[in-house]
Amino acid sequence: MKKYKIFLAFLLIISSLVACNNASDKSTATDSAAPAATPSGGQEAVQDDISAKDVVKVAASSKDHSILVAALKQADLVTSLSNAGPFTVFAPTNAAFEKLPAGTVDGLMKPEKKEDLQNILQYHVTLSAMKAESFKDGQVLGMVNGDNVTISIKDGKIMLNNSAIIIASIPASNGMIHVIDGVLLPPAKK
Amino acid sequence: MKKLKISIAASAIVSMMLLLNSCKPKNAGSAVSSDAAAKSYVAPGKYDEFYNFVSGGFSGQMSVYGLPSGRLLRVIPIFSADPQTGYGYSEETKPMLNTSHGFVPWDDQHHTELSQTNGEIDGRWIFANANNTPRVARLDLTTFRTSEIIELPNSAGNHSSPFITENTEYVVAGTRFSVPPDDANGDVPINTYKKNFKGYISFISVGKEDGKMDIAFQIICPGVNFDLSHAGKGKSHGWFFFSCYNTEQANTLLEVNASQRDKDFIMAVNWKKAEEYLKAGKGRKQTVKYAHNVYNEKNHTATSEIRTEVTVLDARELKDICYFIPCPKSPHGCDVDPTGEYIVGSGKLAALIPVFSFTKMQKAIADKAYEGEYDGIPVIKYDAALHGEVKKPGLGPLHTEFDGKGNAYTTFFVSSEVVKWNIESLKVLDRAPTYYSVGHLCIPGGDSRKPNAKYLIAYNKITKDRYLPTGPELAQSAQLYDISGDKMQLILDFPTIGEPHYAQAVAADVIKNKSVKFFKIEENINPYVSRGEDATKVVREGNKVHVYMTCIRSHFSPDNIEGIRAGDEVYFHITNLEQDWDVPHGFAIKGANTAELLIMPGETQTLKWTAEKPGMFPFYCTDFCSALHQEMSGYLRVSPAGSNVALLFSTGKNIPKADTAVAK
Repeated sequence: MKKYKIFLAFLLIISSLVACNNASDKSTATDSAAPAATPSGGQEAVQDDISAKDVVKVAASSKDHSILVAALKQADLVTSLSNAGPFTVFAPTNAAFEKLPAGTVDGLMKPEKKEDLQNILQYHVTLSAMKAESFKDGQVLGMVNGDNVTISIKDGKIMLNNSAIIIASIPASNGMIHVIDGVLLPPAKK
Repeated sequence: MKKLKISIAASAIVSMMLLLNSCKPKNAGSAVSSDAAAKSYVAPGKYDEFYNFVSGGFSGQMSVYGLPSGRLLRVIPIFSADPQTGYGYSEETKPMLNTSHGFVPWDDQHHTELSQTNGEIDGRWIFANANNTPRVARLDLTTFRTSEIIELPNSAGNHSSPFITENTEYVVAGTRFSVPPDDANGDVPINTYKKNFKGYISFISVGKEDGKMDIAFQIICPGVNFDLSHAGKGKSHGWFFFSCYNTEQANTLLEVNASQRDKDFIMAVNWKKAEEYLKAGKGRKQTVKYAHNVYNEKNHTATSEIRTEVTVLDARELKDICYFIPCPKSPHGCDVDPTGEYIVGSGKLAALIPVFSFTKMQKAIADKAYEGEYDGIPVIKYDAALHGEVKKPGLGPLHTEFDGKGNAYTTFFVSSEVVKWNIESLKVLDRAPTYYSVGHLCIPGGDSRKPNAKYLIAYNKITKDRYLPTGPELAQSAQLYDISGDKMQLILDFPTIGEPHYAQAVAADVIKNKSVKFFKIEENINPYVSRGEDATKVVREGNKVHVYMTCIRSHFSPDNIEGIRAGDEVYFHITNLEQDWDVPHGFAIKGANTAELLIMPGETQTLKWTAEKPGMFPFYCTDFCSALHQEMSGYLRVSPAGSNVALLFSTGKNIPKADTAVAK
């Protein structure tokens, strides 16, 4: 591990985003026939600063994943990813999101694009905690959104859909985070 | 590989925690409305509206709650020895835990199923499965006791059990772990799974009047993991549906290797057809070994018999008894709606819920709309059997129950919620969060033809901060929702015993008036009964001493016993002479390395106790029975081995001479 830097202000902002997810947009159990997971204060709200961090908390503590964390919040996926898992999360860095055409991320963050955002983010998560060394060339992973991601391995580099490379792997309490340098885009709907 | 730079700012994290925490009260509060307390309140002295029979998971027992209060009414010992009642410790109950592996005092109890007549809960019995050493139990709902346990040969991990047909003709059991058959050599390399491992499902017949269980037949199927099951009903009566995963036939790291295929299967079994083949002699007699244990309420004694044969039908040869229907991503729950038309398969890794149509499935079979075979079993085309899919229902669907009004309620483990959806339209109607990570759910009658859909109970896997902390181990939390309106309303949390999996509930009226209050002493035919104090005695047979003892408020008879020698095996046969509701007596003796006895009124139970060394050994009543409960006690004197202290026993008087007592 390299040097730790302290991004106090940054973390506070992320913290407040994550923390008040539920308070801000989820109020009752009665207005929630939304088409996807509807957090109402799940395990992310459990007060526990001693246990190993889950995938959301690990991502939230990384300066390189502020866009991802904000997107997870906007897509109501914080509760799911704070639960028992086990998950494998492919976590695009901020730089990866910034490689998308200008305005893409801002567009996806709009309330009316929530389903698209959920689809994309769920395309970055699969159930079962897979270590980098368990991936095999040609392996197909069924992702949470229902589509598949194909693994290829060249020169020791693990690629997803030939479009993103795993640049780091971090264990979390409820799964594995593989940091990737590109955003995975689900195949167009049939 | 480069390491990710992680900025760890302790103070920031602490502040994050504070913020996280600060949001909680608002969330928790918002999910519970102000009338919740009134809805779950049952006044002191008043009865609950429903019985809730909850599997105990790794406790091996079943617990009974009242709803809507969440009051724990009873824990019924089934598969685990229970020192508090003496179940599995008394001589009378030890045979209940006998198996082909010998005495097995623990198991993992996952699912409960109430007996039905015409698809409606009839309140006679409830069945329970044991996962680890495969068994099925039948409990009598007049006594709330385990009446019968049958072991399953050719099986390992009895998970898809104990689900029943709509007239309780059969209770089924499907093996979770495929293994080599019991009459084949099991000593084979594990990586020969595909060749040597088979999946057996068992159909256990249930006596119409007495409930007696018998393995009618087994069906040998490809080696996969059978997970859950439910019977057809109404139009689909005669069929049974089992979910199966690991159709990859992996034998290691199933977490990854059993998740490779896009679709696994629901297996549809035409059991009426299987019955025909059985009658026609198409079954193979297979030599096996399994225990069948029965508790008799007349002599208050269990007997265990080892059986040695089952009849097996081969699904690969008899082509029209088993069919596979593709079902996405490791299906777990396999639930049939009240009409019997719709079969819901919940792929725990799937992004949708497929709903299959029995009518379409029948047509597909008639049309031979198959996409091929899997290990000799026809595979019906997915679309040919599909009614439709619930799209984007939530993450990690597990189990579904029904309200009888055309709606289904499915639990989602990953997104930690219950989702209500309409079966015809496949539209999501409502969703309610659970705290946290729900597994099974239960609606009274929710898997029968006549649901009584006032409440829904979610059985959660993770508790964390829901109750006052109790160290690393926390009670599993159940949550009660009022589902009488369009929207689900959380009204109560209640802690549970062990780890609940499936549960069932039924209106109290179906059961409560049949409850036994005591056992009639004149009907007690236990060979060691003492029907009155004048029948009590102490009899030596070599180094075995039989103490025929009675108890009634507030003394034991005899309560002074002498002439026991070190090394003697003493059998205390204790009859409770009370004929009054709720007056059990307990019996405990110093140094007993087993348990106590808890003897119901009119019952006889026996504790075996070895006199280890000379000395004075008090015994006493452990169940506070009366104002003079503390006086309800006695002494047993142990003399050295070979001593000639005469055998003496008495109550209420000191016998001057040994020989007068012996002559009694």
